[in-house]
Amino acid sequence: MRQDTIAPPRVETEAWTRRHLLDADDLTRDEIELLMKTTEAMTEVLGRDVPRVPALRGRTIITLFYEASTRTRASFELAGKALGADVINVAASGSSVEKGESLIDTVRTLQAVGADLLVMRHGSSGAPYLVARHVHAAVVNAGDGWHAHPTQALLDLYTIRSKLGDVRGRKVVIVGDIAHSRVARSNIWALTTMGAEVTLCAPPTLLPAGLRPNDTPNTRGSGSQPDVPEALAMPPVHVETNFDIAIDGADVVMTLRLQKERMSGGLLPSSREYATLYQLTEQRLAKARTGALVMHPGPINEGVEIAPSVATSLQSVIEEQVTNGVAVRMAVLYLLCRGKSG
Amino acid sequence: MTGHTVLSADDIRRAVRRIAHEIVERNHGIAGVVLVGMRTRGVPLAQRLAGAIAEFEHETVPVGALDIGLYRDDINSQQLRSRIGPSDLPNDIEGRTVVLVDDVLYTGRSIRAALDALADFGRPGQIQLAVLVDRGHRQLPIRADYVGKNIPTSIHEKVEVLLEETDGDDEVRIVRPEGEV
Repeated sequence: MRQDTIAPPRVETEAWTRRHLLDADDLTRDEIELLMKTTEAMTEVLGRDVPRVPALRGRTIITLFYEASTRTRASFELAGKALGADVINVAASGSSVEKGESLIDTVRTLQAVGADLLVMRHGSSGAPYLVARHVHAAVVNAGDGWHAHPTQALLDLYTIRSKLGDVRGRKVVIVGDIAHSRVARSNIWALTTMGAEVTLCAPPTLLPAGLRPNDTPNTRGSGSQPDVPEALAMPPVHVETNFDIAIDGADVVMTLRLQKERMSGGLLPSSREYATLYQLTEQRLAKARTGALVMHPGPINEGVEIAPSVATSLQSVIEEQVTNGVAVRMAVLYLLCRGKSG
Repeated sequence: MTGHTVLSADDIRRAVRRIAHEIVERNHGIAGVVLVGMRTRGVPLAQRLAGAIAEFEHETVPVGALDIGLYRDDINSQQLRSRIGPSDLPNDIEGRTVVLVDDVLYTGRSIRAALDALADFGRPGQIQLAVLVDRGHRQLPIRADYVGKNIPTSIHEKVEVLLEETDGDDEVRIVRPEGEV
């Protein structure tokens, strides 16, 4: 008689148990793999003549955005609809938020009208965590302050994997305003969890506390950085303030949006100086590995963080990032909505 | 868990060959026939059927893979596996004879989901069903056109189909949870 141990592990045991998706920092390798596999199935659905399946029929998804967004909100809405869910968009402007309703009261109201899942973006880091403690509905963080943007990290990872395969040992350079970037922070977690070598590149004023050149070297990862709140800690990464050195041999160059307020805040002398030192130009890209991927979470400041010719070059996967965003968000909505009693 | 073998590797090989002949006989050849395996174990079975047909008909039957995860009506069930995969169907199933292939036919709910999924890819002229094992206990008005073996079971038992391609070995066995008679 066969021993049970001979049989390979059965895929049926891979279950998703997470109720909310608030950041990429606590996702395990297995969870990310399951998300990526699920995204492959969603990509197939989106390639059909009629990209619609009944998986989430009867479920209500509400998007609640306290900050402006085009691609994230549109892709969550398309993702929900492709899965057959009802999707309602609520913008803070024009809602009772303008009458002074608190965040908790607003989300309780949305839950009372039948939301099974809340997709929220908020200017304050941690806001989705607060909401998750007060509602039964599943909560997806679509960006909170400087803190996290997990679905962006997942779609970036999916895009890289679809081009390069396994990211283990791949060199990913993230260049730009790391300190204020929720995109960078979530990407760092997802990429390092999957084994990529991450290098951060920015002027010292735009590097997070604990990673600036004069700080204690970040060798032990989270926990050992002085004066850094635990929620803003980071896994081990390389830091290089000179972009021409950082980009050497890179497999992926991820550029970030430089926000206008950084200039007025005194962190940068001018956008022209920033562009001179940190813009991804054709000359700089030539120092990366041949065929290295060029990424940007959008919206782009052309001629500031990236040269227009690079953004539209054959190496650019910026449009694929947007397209993959729908499939990744379908995977997230599907996994969070299933297995939950009505 | 205690279990006993109901189909050996040889039994499975013979059943697949017989079903392959039945498919060709029923459809007067294989013109317009498409084999669609239901993930996971229906896919290697469909490939084996196509291989057998190629041997004695000297023609190739298109083989596809169908994932029904997004069409299930039991999405609330906690035990349901999380993993889903992409479907991969031959170009055009419009007007063709689709033979759905699955390992075990039980309640019929997977087949219902598969019919819904197929409808999203086109309108086949006919849909037939081939299964390696029919264990009974149908909850829907669904029956198989081709059956490897009818195996009467109790609902407390579990039918395990192991295939070389997915499990390293060919065997069908009935497993009874410990403590049940």
